[in-house]
Parts: sequence; structure tokens; C-alpha cells
Amino acid sequence: MLTILFDGIAYGMLLFVLACGLSVTLGLMNFVNLAHGAFAMAGGYITLVLVNRAGLPFFAGLPVAFVVTALIGALFERTLYVHVYAKSHLDQVLFTIGLVFMSVAAVDYVMGSQQVFIQVPSALQGRFELFGVGIGRYRLLIIVTCGLLTVGLQLILSGTRFGSRLRASVDDARVARGLGINVNGVFALTFAFGSGLAGLGGALGAEILGLDPTFPLKYLVYFLIVVTVGGTSSITGPFLASLLIGIADVAGKYYVPKFGAFVIYTIMIVVLLLRPQGLFARAAGR
Amino acid sequence: MPSPVVAEVARRLARRARWQPLEYLFWLAALASVFLLRDRHLILTEIAWLGLFALSLDLILGYAGVISLGHAAFFGFGSYAAALLAKYGIVNEPVLALVVSGLAAAVLGFATSFLVLRGSDLTRLMVTLGVALIMREVANQIPDVTGGADGLQGVVIAPVLGLFPFDIFGHVSYVYCLAVLFVLFLLARRIVYSPFGLSLRAVKGNPLRAASVGISVNARLVAVYTLAAFYAGVAGGLLAQTTAFVSLDVLSFERSADLLLVLIIGGTGYLYGGPIGAVVFKLMQDWIANLTPQYWQFWIGLVLVLIVLVGRDRISLITGGLRLVVERIARRWNAGAVPPPYPPPLAGEGREGVRGEGR
Amino acid sequence: MPAVLETQDLEKHFGGIAAVNGVSLRLEKGARHALIGPNGAGKTTVINLLTGVLRPSSGRILLEGRDITALEAYQRVRRGLARTFQINQLFLDLTPLETVGLAIAERMGAGGQWWRLVGTNPAVIEEIVEILDRFHLADVMHERTGHLPYGKQRLLEIALAIACRPHVLLLDEPAAGVPDDERHEILATVAALPADVTVLLIEHDMDIVFSFADRISVLVNGALFLDGAPDEVARDPRVKAVYLGESLDA
Repeated sequence: MLTILFDGIAYGMLLFVLACGLSVTLGLMNFVNLAHGAFAMAGGYITLVLVNRAGLPFFAGLPVAFVVTALIGALFERTLYVHVYAKSHLDQVLFTIGLVFMSVAAVDYVMGSQQVFIQVPSALQGRFELFGVGIGRYRLLIIVTCGLLTVGLQLILSGTRFGSRLRASVDDARVARGLGINVNGVFALTFAFGSGLAGLGGALGAEILGLDPTFPLKYLVYFLIVVTVGGTSSITGPFLASLLIGIADVAGKYYVPKFGAFVIYTIMIVVLLLRPQGLFARAAGR
Repeated sequence: MPSPVVAEVARRLARRARWQPLEYLFWLAALASVFLLRDRHLILTEIAWLGLFALSLDLILGYAGVISLGHAAFFGFGSYAAALLAKYGIVNEPVLALVVSGLAAAVLGFATSFLVLRGSDLTRLMVTLGVALIMREVANQIPDVTGGADGLQGVVIAPVLGLFPFDIFGHVSYVYCLAVLFVLFLLARRIVYSPFGLSLRAVKGNPLRAASVGISVNARLVAVYTLAAFYAGVAGGLLAQTTAFVSLDVLSFERSADLLLVLIIGGTGYLYGGPIGAVVFKLMQDWIANLTPQYWQFWIGLVLVLIVLVGRDRISLITGGLRLVVERIARRWNAGAVPPPYPPPLAGEGREGVRGEGR
Repeated sequence: MPAVLETQDLEKHFGGIAAVNGVSLRLEKGARHALIGPNGAGKTTVINLLTGVLRPSSGRILLEGRDITALEAYQRVRRGLARTFQINQLFLDLTPLETVGLAIAERMGAGGQWWRLVGTNPAVIEEIVEILDRFHLADVMHERTGHLPYGKQRLLEIALAIACRPHVLLLDEPAAGVPDDERHEILATVAALPADVTVLLIEHDMDIVFSFADRISVLVNGALFLDGAPDEVARDPRVKAVYLGESLDA
């Protein structure tokens, strides 16, 4: 059972790294980016190409995935997304669904539709026993990496000037602008960073989640669930929500395989009914 | 005896609901296609039920302002219901089975309607998506009933009304679907021009104000959501009956997303957006599929992106402008007084802005 | 005389802040009651609590002797409580004719009818025309509300509340935002309201308040500071201090 908990935590932390960019984007600009998963997919495939074909070591591939995806995110943000900020939520949904469809088809065309696997160094394969709990080496890497990332994020948010600008902008963009904060600039940077994180998550997660062109659509629901349950006004909300979802999903699929998938959908609907602003959000001013 | 002012106002209001020349044109063209486009009846059948499906979404999105990313839940539920009714001989006659399927979907709609009453647009997106995904997962998990990923096999549909067996050319299918579409369209048209329909537009425009003049916003939303679920269920039933096959993709996210596109192309809030969008969408799909069968999703995505960038209101201005031109020509033909066309509300804007969010 | 609208220790807390703190109001039938107070005192919050837009943290609201605290907003309208909004809340895509018609049809119980066409109920149309005439909106009745000048929209806002045939009418700064040349029409309308309708008016303009009200309540920081006849309030030095004090701090 503890193994399941461990696996669930690994899954949850991975989900967090994948989804936190989406959460901040939504909280900051009230922008629904259903194409977020596409950046994760991009990161996964970039790492695949670099590691499998160009021979780059796995641990070098991860930061490269982050940087390249962040750059792609920045590019898309400045050229495409910026035109859609002021539009209604319906327009944003349609726009980002369109982007997802395009990216799924494009990747299918370029890379083929079969599921692919990144060559993971043998040091990370297999599991070992610790106090009777089966510890998967790869999952341990995920937990450590994502844990460090989370701590880093929290430090940036609370310790740096950029972090306080970001928090101010999330809280009330209009007032933040009035204080002279360049909210659009903050957003562009955050969007790029969030996309980069998604890309890193995609690269890290390929081993566990599977990587194929339908990735953005398959996991869209999970990202959205994390954001809705966790709320958008903090980092801790989505973090706790991701852990909850990760553990619930793994446990659900193990103990009740026939209904495993329903567990998280039901959690989502129940949470949305009781607290539309998310389980962990503050009482929203919005 | 009503005063002349009252009589005049009543006359003017009644004129709004009167059939416009373009409407006659549309349905005459549809009727003509039965005889003149006999070799295209298969794709026309698809256009017919897709148009009905999009019409059902228009009822909640265009008229009540509820965004749904999971309308396929009702479509798929109706589809499976119709197929199962036929397969196990529970209800053999197709029209009756269609009504039962629609009612089943309506029950599902009613049961889930309370989920879309509260919350922002994003909440509604999530919740409707969640319901559709749950339905799909349910269907996936009971392959003994639904056929699972392979689809439901062995469905045989009896002749319509006991008289008209389905044929492989789609002749009976098309007339059947077109007739159902027309009847349900008439009903919908009556409803949107009624006081109920007007109150829906009020709820969409300003739910706070609507409640403040005594309208039970929740009751109206539940009613129209249930009605839309009925229509979607019937559309799904038509798919099942005309193809004698159902599979999991009737409940998929892609189905819901494509539906949004269909309705957006046609325009929301004037009832014809669904059928017109279905025509354009299917023709586009047909054309693209001939060019690149495997990657047509890319071009659909591109169309979506472009439509949003160009602006949906600009597009509906174009279609509205075209409509005005045709009206003017028609007016010059009959010298009599034809009132100006009922201005359609700008294509489905989101419901924010009521509490001053202004975005 | 029995109170037609009454609140008992009405309270509303947002987080740690008491926006409305132990407010007990009492309006008698036919009253012309003004609610005044500096900005941020909680006047609109009181109206929102009365109409059901907000749920109170504690306290009761009684309309014609019946407890309506648990009722939804639309139910209170049906019991005879109507309001106008400080910033126009109208249906911008609908015409004044349709807007007022909605309220009247709803009141008659005909609002949910889906089988008949709009315009086939002569009783409703007669009433719409009468109200639009009364509020000088007959000439624009077929225009889209969003296209009307602000003064006309404000008149429609009030007409809409009147169309609900309220027993109690809550007016939230009816002349707010209206250009000077259109103000007199608003004020004349407010002055001409039927005598059996009880009116609670929120206003900043003291001329309007003193010419209109037979009773004034002063709200400061969410609590009722003073409640009495106009000359009492006018004479009380604390009222001026409260208003001036606020503006000195600002």
C-alpha cells in the first residue's frame, strides 16, 4: 500500500509541474489555455529527439527541454496569444482547442502516431526496497526533481521582486498596473516559464505517462482538474490538489480498476459544486 | 377593445416572429435537395443530424449563454439508447425509439443541469467536460452492453413507421432526418419567440437583472438545458439509426469540440446557425478529407484559430450583411411591407461583465 | 402602524470586516425613507441584503410581516420588493418594450409560457404601453436599450422596477451618472411615485434627500448612526461631522 502511496505522490508531483503553469496563467490573466498540454508534449518530443537520436545524455536533455519549450511559449505568447486576451472565454476555448488540434496533427505528421519512449539511463531503471516499500528509481527522480522545483518556485514567489510583482498581478491586475507593475511583461515571462515547466514535465513524464501525439488531449482533463480543485490564487493550492489527484487516481485504478477513472472525475464535480473557486483557494475576491 | 397603439405594438411584435423570405428559401432548398441531389443523400443525412445537434447547442449557448464542452454526453447517450432499443427489440419502430432516446437524454440533461447553474464560464466548461468524460468512461467500462471500443454491433433498424425500410443510398435516411430536423426546428422556433425564449435572452444578457425582475433564472436554465439535451439525444439517435452502428467516439471530446466549431461557423442565437454551420462544416470536412485524409484535424484547428482571430462578431456581421442584402432584394420583389429582419444578437458572448469584470 | 419592511439586527461580514453591523430598519407603508451616509458606509450592501443578492451573516428581514430572509432574489420580487441599481443593470440587446414586458409577464405568471408568441397577450402590452408612456420612453420603445442615451436608460431602470408593481421600492442613487439636463425628469418621476408604494432611497444629493424624504437613516461604517425626521437629522451636528470627517481623511 505504501508503494501505491509513493507512486501516487510521484504521479501527483509530476502533475503539479505540468499543471502549475496553467494555474498561474488562469489566475493571472483569466485566460483559459487548453493548449497547455501541447507544450508538455513538445518538451517530451524535443528530449526524445535529443536523447535518442542526437545522443545527448538524459540529464542534459531535461533542462534543454525546459529552455526550448519556454522559448516556444514566449514566441507563441507574443505572436498568437496576445491577440486573444481581451476576448471572451468561449473565444479563448475555441482558439486554444484549435491550437491543440493543430499541434496534435503536426506532431503526428512529423513524428508518427505510435507511442515513443525516451532512453532512460540504466541507473534510473528498476526499483529497490526501503523499509519494505518498493521505490521505483525513476519515480524517485521525479519526486526529487519536482520537489526541488516546487521549493524553488515558492522561493521565487515569496523571495524575489518578480515574485511579489507576480503575486500582486494575480491578486488584482488593475491595481497592479496602477502601481506601475508591467503586468503584460510579468505575464509574458510567467507564460514562458510555465510552458517551460510543462515541457520539462513532459520530458520527465514520458516514461510514466506515455508519449504520443494525443498527449495534450489525453491529459487535458487532469490539468484542468488540478486547476479547478486547487484554485488559481496560490502555488500551494494546485500542489496539494495535484497530490490528491495523483494519489486518488493511482489508488483508484489499483483498488477498483473498473471505476478508477471515475474517482477523479467525481472528485472534480463534487469540488466544483461545493466550492466553485477550488478547494484550496482563498474566498475569491473575483 | 385594445387601443390603436396597443394593436400597433402587438402587430409589430407579431411581425417579428413571422417567417422571413430567407427562411422559406432555406427549407425549400432543403426540400429540393431531396429530389435534385439524390446521389448526395448520404452526406446530406449527416448534415441533417449534425444540424440538429448544433441547434441543440445553440439553445443553451446562443440563447441562454451556457458554455458547454461536453454536449456530446447527451448526443452519445441518445445514440446508444436508440441503438440498444433496436438491437434488443425493446422498441422496434424507429420514430418511437427516437422519441424514447430523446427522452432518455433529457432525463440525463435534467439530472446534470444543476451542475451548470452556478459558477463561472470556466466552471461550466469543466463540469460539462467532466460529465461527458464520465459518460464515455461508463460506456468504455461496460463493453457487454455498449460494445466498448469496438462499438455496438448487430444493430438492425426496422422500417420507419413500418413502411419505409432504410436503404444503402440514404434516401429514406435523409428524408427521415430532414423531417425530424424540420419538426424539431418548428418547435424550437416557437419556443424562442415565446415569452420563455425572451426570458432566456434576458438571463443570458444580465442574469442579475433577470432575477431582479422576478425571473427564476435557475428554473429557466434547467428547462432549456433539458430541452437541449432532448434535441441532442434525438440527433444522436438519428446517427445510430441511419448508420446502424454506435461507438465510443459519439461521447468523445472531439465530438463536443467539433460541435462548437459547427455552431460558431454558422453563428449563434438565430437558430439557423446550427443547420448552416453543419452544411459548411461537412462540405469543408469532405473537401479537406479528400486532400489530406489523415491530418484533417490540423485544418479544423486552423479554421478555429482563424475564426477567433478574425473575430466571430465580424463573421456574423458578414453573414448578417449577406442576409440584409438578400432581404432587400426580396423586398423589392414584393412591394408589400416586409419588416426589417429580426437582428440576431452578437454571436454567443460569454457571460462575464455582469458584475463589472469587464473582460 | 405595522411595518411594511423591517430588518432585525441585520449583519454582513466579509472575512473580518463587518460591512453591515446590526442594522435595524423599519419602514411604514407609504413611507418616503432616505438612507444616507458617506461612501463605503454599506448602503448598497444593505440593499443587496434586502433584495437577496447577498445572504446576511445574521439577522432577519421581514416584508409585510413575513420573514423573507431565506428567500431567493426572484422570490422577493414576486412578494412585492423591487429595486433599481446604482449602475444601470439592463438588457442591452433587448428593447424597452421587451424589457418592461418581461417584468410584467413575469408578474402575471405568464413569463414562462413557451407555446405562445411574444405579443399575443394584449393585457401585457396595454400595461407596457402605459408604463412607457408614463416614463416618456414611448418614442424609443423599439430601440435597442444599448443604443439609448444614459438618461433614458436610467428612466427605463426605474420603469422596470415599477413594472413589477412593488409594494416596496428600493432606489439606489436614481440620479447617479445622469447628465444635468436629464436629471429633472428622473427626479420628477421619483416624486410622482404612487403614494401606496413604500420607497427607500439611497442618495448623496442632500437637496433631493430633504425634498423627498419624510424620514432619514444615516449609515456610517455599516451601522445605523441616526434615524429620524429630516429636520432632526439636518440639525444634528454629528451628521455633518461624519460627512466632513470622512472627506478630511480621504
